[in-house]
Amino acid sequence: MSQRNAGISKGIDWPLVWIWAILCCIGVSCIFAATYRDADNVIQAFISLKTDYSRQLLYVVMGGIIGIFILLTDSKFFTATANLGYALGIFLMLLVFPFHSRVKGTESIIRVGNLFQLQPAELCTIFVNLALAKYLSRIETDFYKTRSQLIAAAITLVPAMLSILQKETGLALVYFSFFLVMFREGLPSSVLIIGFSFAVLVVATLLVNPNLLALILTGIAIVAIYFLRKQIKKKQSVFFLIVGIWFVSVGVQRFVVPFIFDHVFKAYQVKRIYDAIGKDYVPKNAEAELEIEQKSGGRKKDNNYNVKQSKIAIGSGSIFGKGLLKGTQTRYDFVPEQSTDFIFCTIGEGFGFVGSLVFLGIYLLLLMRIVTIAERQRSTFSRCYAYGVASVYFFHIAVNVCMTIGLAPVVGIPLPFMSYGGTSLITFTIMLFVLIRLDADRQMVLR
Amino acid sequence: MPVFNQSRSNVIRLIFAAMFLIIAAQLFNLQIYSVKYTKLAQENALFPKRVYPNRGIIYDRNNKAILNNAILYDLMVTPSQVKNIDTAYFCQLMDIDTAEFRSRIIDAKFKNGPFRPSIFEDLLPPDLYAKLEENIWRFSGFNLQERPIRTYPFDAAAHILGYVGEVDSSVLRRSSGYQLGDYVGRTGLEQYYEKALMGQRGIEFWLKDNKNRLVGHYENKMYDTAAIAGKNLRTYIDIGLQQFAEKLMSNKVGSVVAIEPKTGGIIAMTSSPDFDPNELTGPDKQKNYAKLQLNVSAPLLNRAIKGQYPAGSTYKPLGALIALDEGVITPASGYDCHGVYLGCSRPVKCDEKFPGHAANLRLAIAHSCNSFFCNTFRLTVDNPEFHSARRGLMQWKQYVNAFGLGHRIGIDLPSEDGGNIPDTTAYDKDYNHSWNSCTMVTMGIGQDKMLVTPVQMANAMCIVANKGYFYVPHFVKSIDGETPDDTVLNKYKTKHEVLTHISDDVYETVISGMQDVTEIGTARAVRIPGINMCAKTGTAENYLIVERKRTKLKNNAMFVCFAPRENPKIAIAVVVQNAGYGAAWAAPIGSLLVEKYLNDTLRAASLKKAEDIERTDLMPKYLVRLQFIEDSTNAARHALRTHDSTNLMKYIIPSSRAALLDTFRPNPIISSGVRSPMRKPKSNFKTKKADSAR
Repeated sequence: MSQRNAGISKGIDWPLVWIWAILCCIGVSCIFAATYRDADNVIQAFISLKTDYSRQLLYVVMGGIIGIFILLTDSKFFTATANLGYALGIFLMLLVFPFHSRVKGTESIIRVGNLFQLQPAELCTIFVNLALAKYLSRIETDFYKTRSQLIAAAITLVPAMLSILQKETGLALVYFSFFLVMFREGLPSSVLIIGFSFAVLVVATLLVNPNLLALILTGIAIVAIYFLRKQIKKKQSVFFLIVGIWFVSVGVQRFVVPFIFDHVFKAYQVKRIYDAIGKDYVPKNAEAELEIEQKSGGRKKDNNYNVKQSKIAIGSGSIFGKGLLKGTQTRYDFVPEQSTDFIFCTIGEGFGFVGSLVFLGIYLLLLMRIVTIAERQRSTFSRCYAYGVASVYFFHIAVNVCMTIGLAPVVGIPLPFMSYGGTSLITFTIMLFVLIRLDADRQMVLR
Repeated sequence: MPVFNQSRSNVIRLIFAAMFLIIAAQLFNLQIYSVKYTKLAQENALFPKRVYPNRGIIYDRNNKAILNNAILYDLMVTPSQVKNIDTAYFCQLMDIDTAEFRSRIIDAKFKNGPFRPSIFEDLLPPDLYAKLEENIWRFSGFNLQERPIRTYPFDAAAHILGYVGEVDSSVLRRSSGYQLGDYVGRTGLEQYYEKALMGQRGIEFWLKDNKNRLVGHYENKMYDTAAIAGKNLRTYIDIGLQQFAEKLMSNKVGSVVAIEPKTGGIIAMTSSPDFDPNELTGPDKQKNYAKLQLNVSAPLLNRAIKGQYPAGSTYKPLGALIALDEGVITPASGYDCHGVYLGCSRPVKCDEKFPGHAANLRLAIAHSCNSFFCNTFRLTVDNPEFHSARRGLMQWKQYVNAFGLGHRIGIDLPSEDGGNIPDTTAYDKDYNHSWNSCTMVTMGIGQDKMLVTPVQMANAMCIVANKGYFYVPHFVKSIDGETPDDTVLNKYKTKHEVLTHISDDVYETVISGMQDVTEIGTARAVRIPGINMCAKTGTAENYLIVERKRTKLKNNAMFVCFAPRENPKIAIAVVVQNAGYGAAWAAPIGSLLVEKYLNDTLRAASLKKAEDIERTDLMPKYLVRLQFIEDSTNAARHALRTHDSTNLMKYIIPSSRAALLDTFRPNPIISSGVRSPMRKPKSNFKTKKADSAR
């Protein structure tokens, strides 16, 4: 699919193309392993396009063709249409509200005919990425100014808000990964640190007894005051700062988190978060219970079932795994959604610890390669875009894999190039090939 | 182009790498550190299916399979996996209510724990199996397991072959290698040869999917262990003769044992009333078992080895042999009998009255003279050689024990009874050390305290026929695939030369007397032309306690024989309880069996006789009353427990009560017709139980 045509192949970063091809192949194989049944006629299945793996292969081919078209496009096209694309993306997302079709509890999918369905929230990541890069690379943007930072944040958070309205919390979280781009472009590290601390505080609130946590926080504050007593003597404000932080922290753990869990999140989301950190969630009323039950497809199975089965599947892989078609858990439908969100189980069970590490190594190689490419760009636009791609991929990989091994709550986020699904595969492919196109013109300064 | 914050690219790389490290650590934890996931996965996806080997087949002497295998299915349940099933539909299929369903699940949990499969319902009828098989995928936690069951193609030999049942806790404690739910031989050859018959259980690992359906073998059967079929047994049983004997004994209480004297191999053994062995294998076995258990005529009891009867006149040839060997009488000895023995203070009646019927030993045996044998017994006990009746009795007892009476002879069936040959202590106790040969004189005619089992009598006939030696009676000739280490059968291959010190002349004298029984004596009516049959009839008195009263029942008809005289091929003992004269009821049965076995066919006259005997109902009448007592007591208990007395009313309302008690026939308890030929011996305090079941 990538012809070594001197015209378009000039400056192309071949390692990225190869990694893309390898990941796509692994993806199709895994979907094959997860859905193939002994009696199936493989050739017929591939021709008739009725099985998941044959369709996924079609999507890979489509992605390759789109990739070639992108490589044939002028780099300036992307900078020129970035803002327009963003508008289009938002428009598509708004279009979801009147035209969505209900699939598995989400309201983010538009169906075109019977064959094709589109998830704008997913596709929109490309446009947001381009638009953010465009904004950050403007000469007049001074990213050290708070106003610019707020505008950049708004660019990413508007689609996130729309996603939440479409009940796609997982995809909404993806948009937060763009803060990594802003961090690279000069967002104060304190923002990241505060964000991270806040996350730790929230998790701690859920895990630790409230009174004990309050004591711990007080303890930390007292220790901080003791060690910073000389600075405090010089500057009274440091003392007030520490007390302020302590006050806010206790406030968060005492009032804000319970408020958010009771009033902002849906019961099933709360349950998933509790599941991820390994605590039992007792719904506070019958209504909440009913909602959880509806979300789990009417079955009374405990919501933890998916994660439990997924952990069993991966855990039973041991060191070297059972072999691609030999996994007992993934082959006999014990893991639900295993061709989409839980595709990593197939690798974990089939190839074991060693196979999983090699597989994750490929992803890490991809991410590191993208960062390397980002750093060699002359234009800020390309660099920002590259970091955007890396951040989006990273967020997807991290959350998806952590979800299957029980480290993160179950949010429907696909594994790039692996999970079954046309929209996600083509979105990720377009993102990558645009990057390759921009990188081919890295000597050019794009605005 | 100036590049700001380039150092931050390293921070980002660091964040990426850290995240991957965390993931790798968790993978290490899941895949290598904790072992439980592999086990959980196996529990998820593997189903260890027990494979029951076919139990060994039992063949008769003509290599016909008399105990074979067929396949039925058990419905198994694993309680922990029973989730989200349509209980109503399930109960409708199984024809039970939800309360029953729940209680069975609780039973299963209690029996085998919630995570191991237990039997929910065993041995499904074919139509129910078909319905369940279609729908089994709907019911998670349930599965069907095939189970070879036992079939008895000839519907015969129930007592000999025995049956299998689920192991109980006592078997589990005693022997390893069994699991709850396994089947084990409960009685008969099934129990005695359990080790050979059971074979070895195998395990197949099956893969199952999330809906609990079995989808294929695990790892190409690599971890499966094959089931090893049980060993087949080859027996001496002649199933044709067995069936014929059972037919003759129908509507009677009693037993027939036929042994091949040369080998000790048992050709046929019946105990009546009997049952269809197939009733105890199918789906209704519990119900049928309960019914048999509640029947007062005790069809489950094997009277051939557990029925202890007074030997009656059938003992007389043995008494003659002992007296001849001790030298207290000679073949020419006679006794001047006029229908009663008056040697002791109380007279003993004799059935023959004409003078000279006991002029010598042969005639005395042929006419079964009571006076002659009472006298002979007294001569034996008072043998001057021993100077005292005590030593005389003990010497006599030694002889009788040598004939295989008074102790278990070690047949290859479980729970055999030994009968009773009394020694001095028994009389010391009853008569306070003051007794003499007169006290026990009726032992000379097989009464008093003497009790024997039919198999013992048949074996004693073997010893007479063999002139002194015997092999322990047994059924199994050989076990297929038997190794020299299998020593089960060794004890049956040993020749016991217990009485070969008695000279052949003595044997010939007694055997001649026994032949005269069928020529000119008590059993001359059952003579078979062309066969020299040696026999002895017997008519034994017996008593039973019914409603706290010691009641004299109708006499037991006895018959022992062997034939042909020149080369004995079959020795038979027949007991028909409460039938009357031995010559009238037991002798024809014995004779017909000999004719059938030796000639392979029956004469027309014999065929007609066989039909007559088969049709004759000789069930003791007292059983009707006993059954009524048993049933009404159970009904009363049931009524007390459940406050539902509909069933009890049947036993209270006069009209139905009369029908049940069968009072249309006169005198249900006391023996009707024939009067006892002998006076009641006073010495007999204890009730001779005609039947140890009651």
